[in-house]
Amino acid sequence: MTQAKLMQGNEACAQGALAAGVRFFGGYPITPSTEIAEQMARELPKVGGTFIQMEDEIASMAVILGASLGGKKVLTATSGPGFSLKQELIGYAAIAEIPAVIANVQRVGPSTGQPTSPAQGDVMQARWGTHGDHPMIALSPWTVREAFDVAVKAVNYSERFRTPVIILLDEVVGHMREKVVLPEQNEIEIYPRRKPTKSRAEGYQPFTPEDDLVPNPADFGTGYRIHVSGLVHDDTGFPTGSPKVTEECIKRLHEKIDRVKDEITHYDEFFMDDAEVAVVTYGGTARTAYAAVEAARAKGQKVGMVRLMTIWPFADKVIQKVAAKTKAILVPEMNYGQLVREIERAAAGQAKVVSLPKYNTEIFTPAEIGGAIDQLVSEVAK
Amino acid sequence: MKDYEQYFRSNRLPHIWCPGCGNGIIMKSIAKAIAKLDMDQDKTVIVSGIGCSSRASGYMDFDTLHTAHGRAIPFATGVKLANPELKVIVITGDGDCTAIGGNHFIHGARRNVDLTVVLFNNNIYGMTGGQASPLTPTTKKATTAPYGTVDRPFDPCQLAQAAGATFVARGTAFHAAQLPDLIAKGIQNNGFSLIEAITPCPISYGRQNKLGDSSAMLKWMGEHGVPKVAYEKLSAEERTEKFPLGVLYESQFGEYSAEYAHVIERAEGGQK
Ligand SMILES: Cc1ncc(C[n+]2csc(CCOP(=O)(O)OP(=O)(O)O)c2C)c(N)n1
Ligand code: SF4
Repeated sequence: MTQAKLMQGNEACAQGALAAGVRFFGGYPITPSTEIAEQMARELPKVGGTFIQMEDEIASMAVILGASLGGKKVLTATSGPGFSLKQELIGYAAIAEIPAVIANVQRVGPSTGQPTSPAQGDVMQARWGTHGDHPMIALSPWTVREAFDVAVKAVNYSERFRTPVIILLDEVVGHMREKVVLPEQNEIEIYPRRKPTKSRAEGYQPFTPEDDLVPNPADFGTGYRIHVSGLVHDDTGFPTGSPKVTEECIKRLHEKIDRVKDEITHYDEFFMDDAEVAVVTYGGTARTAYAAVEAARAKGQKVGMVRLMTIWPFADKVIQKVAAKTKAILVPEMNYGQLVREIERAAAGQAKVVSLPKYNTEIFTPAEIGGAIDQLVSEVAK
Repeated sequence: MKDYEQYFRSNRLPHIWCPGCGNGIIMKSIAKAIAKLDMDQDKTVIVSGIGCSSRASGYMDFDTLHTAHGRAIPFATGVKLANPELKVIVITGDGDCTAIGGNHFIHGARRNVDLTVVLFNNNIYGMTGGQASPLTPTTKKATTAPYGTVDRPFDPCQLAQAAGATFVARGTAFHAAQLPDLIAKGIQNNGFSLIEAITPCPISYGRQNKLGDSSAMLKWMGEHGVPKVAYEKLSAEERTEKFPLGVLYESQFGEYSAEYAHVIERAEGGQK
């Protein structure tokens, strides 16, 4: 694997999942995500894994959750309309604490929208798409190599926290081909499936949380005879109507992620030391933004860039720091303005936050972002 | 034959079902079928959807999975394909299986994964209080069809057969003595098996259609259910309101997880 290869983002995402130990994929074709399914269909049986093409996205989500409970690390991939269909069962995975990774290669929407065009319109759907309260982890890569790394992280986080994790790609990264050098398998850190730490005789309960607030429900077929349900349940896994247990259950789901928030917040900073204007960006848009920021620096403008890989949980602390030391933050996104709201909230008036939305099927040009930078630079100079 | 009672989680009983509900008879029949086949309790998984009947999974002492409305079959497909040594039994209601889960039902049958689907048919949505289901007979009343349904019902057995199921049977709660045997045969079939089990819901269905109490509803089943061989001898006229019982259809087709093992061989995989 070490030699350089020309590889597509979607392909790298599939390779990363395989490297992290995914051995089951269920999916339904939708542009621009299909190459992930095709790659898995080809590669999984080579490592003894299973690929299945289901009748729709709901079934694809259900089949991977069943397979995850059966002991396999699992992935599905989709795009906007399919992502919407999966939402009920993404919530099921959250409350039943089933590890599962969902790759969503976003398209311009709503509805069938513009199937082959790039967008970042599902940022909020990734966070709030399903019903009820639960936390969410979503990671967005900006390079082909990082699509591989993000897939590895997503699988590891889903297993470690027993929660659904979303890989939020956009068409730019999903379909782009780049020269990449992938790590050797033995260089990749893999989080193994959690196992019960007690026997039944020792009073094992499948949903009793460990110190990290995550429980260890046994894989099916290992002799524990557990009950898994989407209903609010106590440590036994059986449903309860108790207000107290309900509150504790929902609180714990949030707290198990809240307490590792900093550890799982990944981002890059460029030229931020003396920056007066910061561009905060993610996914494919970050590539154009980087070119624009480099050009601005060449012109002597005090401009930096923060690129978020972790979209959810939101990088509050990172943005607070950026806002404290800059005068203005520019947020280019391939949508009508979504993550900008979180950035505005976190900045809390410390810096001016400006949205630069684009949703016409075309990607940003460096000149567009550069123009917005020029304007902000001149405003903050006043 | 083992005592079927070992297959219940006694600490989870009594169940939540109404007095006179037939769900207990069907659940007991499943346990008896498992006892009859002396199945490995640790390698048997029960997967259910949502509804009154689907609550049965919680009462049975196996690895059990109470999924989302309509999705039991694809969840079960994942369990089975992840670990083909497991035996997987699906518990579903008529609304669960043929309305919201209708697409999964026909594709499950088509794929022929080794699943045994026990369809608790009470002709109505029980848990949500008596709305019409795709198995409510035309003209019968439901809370969402106060003047009688206009829709034609499915015959789930014919539907399963047409879609590719390799074992199809029908029983009723009245014919409780035969039901465990039908379910056991379905479990023994190495492929997708459907056992439709007709069950009285005196509360949500019986009441609004003036069908009497549970025993009257059971009696009706006894009078209208006819063994397949006898049913085939009836004239079209005599068949009105009658329905065939027993093993209705059997065929052979490659089981999905076994066939996929060949895919793994062809891809020269095999290491885990
Ligand atoms: C997505 C979704 N839609 C609707 C419901 C509400 N619901 C719960 S049980 C049920 C009816 C179940 O009826 P059936 O499958 O016939 O089973 P029964 O209760 O009669 O055994 C419905 C509609 C739900 N839980 N989820
Ligand atoms: S509503 Fe009907 S199906 Fe549900 S428990 Fe009562 S009698 Fe049984």
